Amino acid sequence: MALPPLDSPQWQSPWRAFAWGLRSITQTILTLVLFATYLGIGALAHDTHFSLLWALCSTLFVWAGPAQIILITTLGSGATIIQSAIAVTVSAIRLFPMVVSVLPLMRTPTTKRRELFFAAHLTAVTLWVECHRFLPLVPRERRIAFVNGLGFGLVSVCLTANTIGYFLAANLTQTLGAAILLLTPLSFLFSTARNSREVADVVALTLGILLYPLAAKMNSGLDILISGVVAGTIAYGVHWWREVRA
Amino acid sequence: MSAAQLIGDWQALVVLFVAGVIPNQIWRMLGLWFGGGIDEGSELLVWVRAVATAILAGVIAQIVVQPPGALASVPDGLRYGAVAAGLVVFLLARRSIFAGVVAGEVFMLVGQWWLG
Repeated sequence: MALPPLDSPQWQSPWRAFAWGLRSITQTILTLVLFATYLGIGALAHDTHFSLLWALCSTLFVWAGPAQIILITTLGSGATIIQSAIAVTVSAIRLFPMVVSVLPLMRTPTTKRRELFFAAHLTAVTLWVECHRFLPLVPRERRIAFVNGLGFGLVSVCLTANTIGYFLAANLTQTLGAAILLLTPLSFLFSTARNSREVADVVALTLGILLYPLAAKMNSGLDILISGVVAGTIAYGVHWWREVRA
Repeated sequence: MSAAQLIGDWQALVVLFVAGVIPNQIWRMLGLWFGGGIDEGSELLVWVRAVATAILAGVIAQIVVQPPGALASVPDGLRYGAVAAGLVVFLLARRSIFAGVVAGEVFMLVGQWWLG
């Protein structure tokens, strides 16, 4: 499937643009990765004793895989609401620069802020990556509709995956249930590694993994925050040191 | 499957909003309201991105090291081996996420079958 040329009459209707956005979910391997991740999140929610409705609401209203997993694993392992909220909000800070960098791609001089609300809500790693790929092929005045269609499609895929994962975890043998739970760390590890372009990203990812078991030994309830801030700051130090030397 | 499993209680949904939705959504809305004037390459954002990546890395480690539910039935060595095998294939296959995930899964399933 190729998008119509920029001057095609296909782009005259915003609904058509929405439909093209919706269809574009079939054009990326990331849809499959999201499906696997959300299959895992559904299974994780089941095995951590959350309801299916809860899992679906978290996908619909949080719409950020890492935050959802942090929320489920921290609450599931007995953290307080405040501790979970802190871990979630720190993980979500990255959404700020993403929204800041992606919205100008769809803004026109007459765009009102509320027209960008859904686009801002839908912004997460996958949409951010796909916007940079697809939007140059979409006329500027139809980009919001296109992104809403693309996001609507991705959310639908993930809600379906959550439901399937939840029921699979309830009904599968232990080994296959374990296989579905393993999808989450694998898909997150590799998609993060793929997005790591700078040395600082690689250091943050590697140290973050290695320091977590050490931080967990301290048993403070803030393990992930401690290992994350320490590893991230060291990674920033590496970035800073390279900048200074350059 | 019972109604409790499908719907759950309203307290859990309140916790979802307080601990999950609001702390997450606030950053998107800040981006929407104050987006114009931030320099994407600023040093503060570089640090924030590094910490966010490391927190995500910690979550990945937590699921593998202190596995939830059914994953706990897989021996430690096999879980670590599956991640390592996936990583090797991911790197060999020119950073293919799909190849890495499939390799890790196959490693774990074959290992479980081998161990009986």
